[in-house]
Amino acid sequence: MNSIFPDYRLDEVDTAPAAAVEPIGWSGQLLASAGAKRAAVLIVLAGLWEGYAIFLDNSLVFPRLSETIVTMFELLLSGTLPERIVTSLEYLAIGYSTGIVLAAALTILAISSKFGTVFLETVTAMLNPLPAIALLPLALIWFGLGMGSIIFVIVHSVLWAVALSTLTGFRNVSQTLRMVGRNYELRGLSFVWRILVPAAFPSILAGLKIGWAFAWRTLIAAELVFGVSSGRGGLGWFIFENRNRLEIPAVFAGLLTIILIGLIVEYVVFGAIESRTVKKWGEQARQ
Amino acid sequence: MTDHVSVSQAAGAGSAPLLRVNDVTLKYKTAEATISATEKVSFSVNSGERCILLGPSGCGKSSLLKAVGGYMKPESGTIEVNGRRVEGPGADRIMVFQEFDQLLPWKTVIQNVMFPLIVARRYSARDAEAMAREYIDKVKLSRAVNSYPHMLSGGMKQRVAIARGLAMKPDILLMDEPFASLDALSRRTMQDELLELCNSTKVTVLFVTHSIAEAIRLGHRILLLSAHPGRVRSEIDDVDRAIARYGSPLALEKEVHKVLFMKDSQ
Repeated sequence: MNSIFPDYRLDEVDTAPAAAVEPIGWSGQLLASAGAKRAAVLIVLAGLWEGYAIFLDNSLVFPRLSETIVTMFELLLSGTLPERIVTSLEYLAIGYSTGIVLAAALTILAISSKFGTVFLETVTAMLNPLPAIALLPLALIWFGLGMGSIIFVIVHSVLWAVALSTLTGFRNVSQTLRMVGRNYELRGLSFVWRILVPAAFPSILAGLKIGWAFAWRTLIAAELVFGVSSGRGGLGWFIFENRNRLEIPAVFAGLLTIILIGLIVEYVVFGAIESRTVKKWGEQARQ
Repeated sequence: MTDHVSVSQAAGAGSAPLLRVNDVTLKYKTAEATISATEKVSFSVNSGERCILLGPSGCGKSSLLKAVGGYMKPESGTIEVNGRRVEGPGADRIMVFQEFDQLLPWKTVIQNVMFPLIVARRYSARDAEAMAREYIDKVKLSRAVNSYPHMLSGGMKQRVAIARGLAMKPDILLMDEPFASLDALSRRTMQDELLELCNSTKVTVLFVTHSIAEAIRLGHRILLLSAHPGRVRSEIDDVDRAIARYGSPLALEKEVHKVLFMKDSQ
C-alpha cells in the first residue's frame, strides 16, 4: 500500500468496519414513533373516562365515552351536527379571512412609515390583551343580534395577533436580504411580496396559528351567548341548547367535535402548510 | 519611500473607465456622533479588471463598496458607472455579500439564481432556467440545483451567490469579503475558482478584503486604504509586475503589510 506517512500503514486499519447503520426492526420503530406514544396516551385517557363514568353511573353529570361516541355518530348521521359544524365554520371563515386581510393592510401601512409602525405597535399593545368576548355587549349594540356581531368579535381576535406577528416578522428580516431585494430593483409592494412576506413567513405562520386558535375559542364562546341568527346556530349554540334539554351526552358530543376540529386544523391544515414551507426551508414557525 | 507603489489615482489610459469614484467622502450617523468612513477617496476601475480594496477594519472599504452599490449616499463627491451617476441600488451592479443569508431560504439553488433574472431582467421562466443552469454548472453545483440553501455548506452557499451574480451579467460585480466566513481550505479553493470564473467571463470586479494574501492572489490592481478616516494610502496598479519586482507573492505581502501599518509620521 502506498502511503505518504512511513509509520502508518493504511492496510492495518483497513479491516471491515462495523456496520454504521443497524436496522432496529419494525417493533423497535413502532415503540420509538411519537404516533404510537400518543395513541397509548389516548387509550389510557379513554379508559379512565369510561371507567370513571361506569363508577359514577350518572349520565346526567358525566356520560360514558361509548355513550358519547354513539350519540355523536347518531347526530352526525341525522345531519344535525354537520349542519351546526358548517354554520360555525362559515362564520369562522368569514371572520378569519377578514381579520387577515385587515392585518395585511394595516401591516403594510405600518411598515411604510416610522409613524405607522409606532401607531400599529401602540394600538396592538392596547387591543391585543382585550378579550374578544368583552366586546360582545358593544357589538350587540352596534351590529345587533346575529352574524354581524359574531364576525366582529372574531375579526378582533384575529386581527391584532396576526398584525403583531407579521410586523415582528417584517422587522426581523435581515439587512442582507433587504439589500439583495433592492439590488434587484424591487420596490414597494413587489418588495413586500417577493422579499418581506416569504422571509417573514415563519413569523406570519405562527401568527396565523395563534389567530386561528383565538378565533375558534371566540366563536364558540360568542355562540354560547347568542347562537341563533335567522334560525341557524353553530356548535356553541348546539351545546347550549342540549344543556337546556339535559341531553348531556349530546353536550359531550359537541365538546368532542370542537376538540376534533381544533386538532384537524392544527395538525392537518397547518401541518401541511408547515411541511410545504418552513420545514422545507429549514426553519421553524417562530413567534 | 514607496517607490514600488505609485501614489496616484491615474486611471488606465485609453478608453474611459467603467467605474469612476471622484473625491468621495462617506459619513454615517450613530446615536452619538457622525463618523467619517472615507475622506475624498478617488479611484477608477476599467472594464474587465479586478480591483481590490484592501485595508484594516475602519478604513471604510465596505462603506465604499456600499456606496458604489447605491446603498449609501456620498456626503460629497460622485460615483459613476459607465458615465451614469449612481443614485441608488441597481441590477447593473450586483453585490455578493459575506453573509450566508444572502440566499433566499425559501428558494432552491436554481430558483435563487433564476430569481433576479426574472424580476430584474424580465427573462421568461424558461430562459432564466437555462441561464441559471449554465452558471450553476460553472460553479460546479449541478448536483445541488434542487437543494434548499439550509442544506448547503458555507462554501456552496457562496458559490450559489457568485453564480447568481454572474448570471446577471452585471457591469460590475461588487464583492464584500465573500470568503471571510469560510474555513481556510474552502477559502483557498474558492479563490482559485473565482479566478477561473473571472477569466472565463471577463467580468469586472470590485472586491473588498482585509486579507493581504487574498488581495494579491485575486487582484489585477490593489488600492491600499488607511483607517480613521479612510483614505487611499497607495495603489499597486499592476500586481503581477509588483510580484516580479519583489520576487515572490510572499515578499510582496510583507511589503504591503509594511505600507499598510507604517506610522503616518515616518
